[in-house]
Amino acid sequence: MTLVRISDDALARACGADALAAAFEQHGCTVHRVSSWGMQWLEPLVEIDGKGFGPATLDDVAAILDGTSDLAIGVIEDHPFIAKQQRLTFARAGKTRPTSLEDYAATGGWNGLKRAREIGPEQIVEEVLHSGLRGRGGAGFPAGIKWRTVAAAPGSQKYIVANADEGDSATFADRMVMEGDPYALIEGMAIAGQAVGADQGYVYLRSEYPDAIAKMNRALELCADIIAPFQCEVRVGAGAYVCGEETSLLNSLEGKRGEVRAKPPLPALEGLFGKPTVVNNILTLAAVPHILGQGGANDYEALGMGRSKGTMPIQLAGNIKHGGLYETAFGITLGELVNDIGGGTQSGRPVKAVQVGGPLGAYLHPDQFDIKFDYEEYTASEALIGHGGITVFDDSADMGGMARFAMEFCAAESCGKCTPCRIGSVRGVEIIDRMRAGRKRDTLERQPQMHNTPKQDRSAEDEVTLLADLCDVMKSSSLCALGGFTPYPVLSAMRHWPEDFSDNPDSVRNALDRVGT
Amino acid sequence: MSKEQRLSEIIAEHQSREGPLMPILHDVQAEFGCVDADSERIIAAGLNLSRAEVHGVVSFYHDFHGEPDARPVVQICRAEACKSRGVEALIADAEAAAGTRVKLATVYCLGLCSVGPNARIGDDLHARLDSDRLKKLIETV
Ligand SMILES: Cc1cc2nc3c(=O)[nH]c(=O)nc-3n(C[C@H](O)[C@H](O)[C@H](O)COP(=O)(O)O)c2cc1C
Ligand code: SF4
Ligand code: FES
Repeated sequence: MTLVRISDDALARACGADALAAAFEQHGCTVHRVSSWGMQWLEPLVEIDGKGFGPATLDDVAAILDGTSDLAIGVIEDHPFIAKQQRLTFARAGKTRPTSLEDYAATGGWNGLKRAREIGPEQIVEEVLHSGLRGRGGAGFPAGIKWRTVAAAPGSQKYIVANADEGDSATFADRMVMEGDPYALIEGMAIAGQAVGADQGYVYLRSEYPDAIAKMNRALELCADIIAPFQCEVRVGAGAYVCGEETSLLNSLEGKRGEVRAKPPLPALEGLFGKPTVVNNILTLAAVPHILGQGGANDYEALGMGRSKGTMPIQLAGNIKHGGLYETAFGITLGELVNDIGGGTQSGRPVKAVQVGGPLGAYLHPDQFDIKFDYEEYTASEALIGHGGITVFDDSADMGGMARFAMEFCAAESCGKCTPCRIGSVRGVEIIDRMRAGRKRDTLERQPQMHNTPKQDRSAEDEVTLLADLCDVMKSSSLCALGGFTPYPVLSAMRHWPEDFSDNPDSVRNALDRVGT
Repeated sequence: MSKEQRLSEIIAEHQSREGPLMPILHDVQAEFGCVDADSERIIAAGLNLSRAEVHGVVSFYHDFHGEPDARPVVQICRAEACKSRGVEALIADAEAAAGTRVKLATVYCLGLCSVGPNARIGDDLHARLDSDRLKKLIETV
């Protein structure tokens, strides 16, 4: 009987994988629902004897089975998109049935946890430190240092919290781990628990991921005995982007409004319910089982560049021909990612802009394509890697509109705790609207009691100066990165595409120079 | 079973967990389509919180609603990656198809960012939408 492998990842399912799987079964095949290889433009991807066919529809079933399908891509593992990757975190992608304990154990699963239990807390922290693993949630904080802090903190009750809020547009690697290799995350959490002395874990999972919620719950049920005495449960978010920020997340877990907490105290010392808590991103935790394997820390440390060690699961999204998950060592250039691997835009038009790092990340111009994927290099260019999401835009993109959206998003998702973010973002939308539509100022601003507003309408250049000024204030005086980084997409769009903001692009350039931001 | 009884059941089910409020609110929202003032009062009493505390939480999160809405909901992703793939051009037609019968909600990212525009109906996700497919989804929801 023919064995057919089709992913049951949410993306494959949204593209019709379930009906396709049923059709193959009707044709007498055995169908294994496996994780996704991450070649998303080919989903649903059908795999028979290692060879791939995609994107397949119901009409293709017969041709695929009799060997006449023109969707054939050859041996999947030899496909350049897969062959050139360095998959550590995603080593099982495409190869195993996500919640099968048998498949997990047969591919080296639980070895890291076993070793961790043998070598003990201090050595675990030592190896994570040595690997150079930095937090993949955005801030890039060394995981080993966080763990060491929690391990050293006094207290008998400690927690491991996995941050699965993954709210950034263009990111889906956390989702793919949870839907494709849930035990890797759970093993990483159990190892973290071993390292710091925590026996309770929570996975804070966004409500926008129904498939991941179901898979994680199922996986946790099945492996409860293996990870015991460590216990873990899923908690579902409720549609707030800001709850990805770690302290907001902790408040949400406690059953409070997802407002950001001032630091200190660090969550490592006073986190969930005031107890020492490790909060790590899914990718950070899922990288741990490999690192804790024999020689894993050395292997990991040997990859990457500068202080960015190991591999990053990069997510290629937006208007890109070959979108999907690309895990590779740090140091790859943006141009390679977008053009060589991604194949340029899906629309076939020229690339206009690339946003890296989600809604708080800068828009990069094709002139900047030689920038290397590295935390420090991005920071130096007023940009950020964030969670590794890349959104490609073709030349039909309206960057003024995207800058406006950045402010609109910030206004919609602000936790409301601090003024520059809560109100500044609303003002930002208004200013950009005035700049672009040449609209007059609000009547409110003209009221006699608004003493400190100017009496005349602002010139176009004044508006830009005001916007640049506002961005400066948001950057320097917001409590968290939602308010603090929203200026990145706005300012980068203004700098590179001033013509999308004003009929007089020079006024935009001059104002930016004047404010110096 | 009265609403009050059902609420007490839900509360009792979660009460002994750490941080029970969010799981309770999710269940109440799923069961009654909203967390209204009455529910807030009963939950507050059950968890020994003030109603203000519960209302503060309900009103903070996009997933919880204070009033029921009987219309079926279609969530459309309008975040950056879906914008780059043209979701905005579909909105006018979608709104026309929705009329007053269907509620269109905006969501920021469903994690399918390379195959947008995307929509979610209940727990079902739909990718690679064009205007016709989205309209059909809305009309048949
Ligand atoms: C507005 C905002 C949203 C965030 N969203 C996420 C998120 O969705 N997932 C995540 O892991 N980290 C997110 N972070 C970063 C977390 O605050 C925190 O740094 C991270 O979870 C720590 O884990 P790591 O060290 O493993 O990266 C967000 C931060 C901010 C300011
Ligand atoms: S910057 Fe925005 S989201 Fe962050 S704490 Fe301030 S108001 Fe809340
Ligand atoms: S941006 Fe629409 S699914 Fe991610």
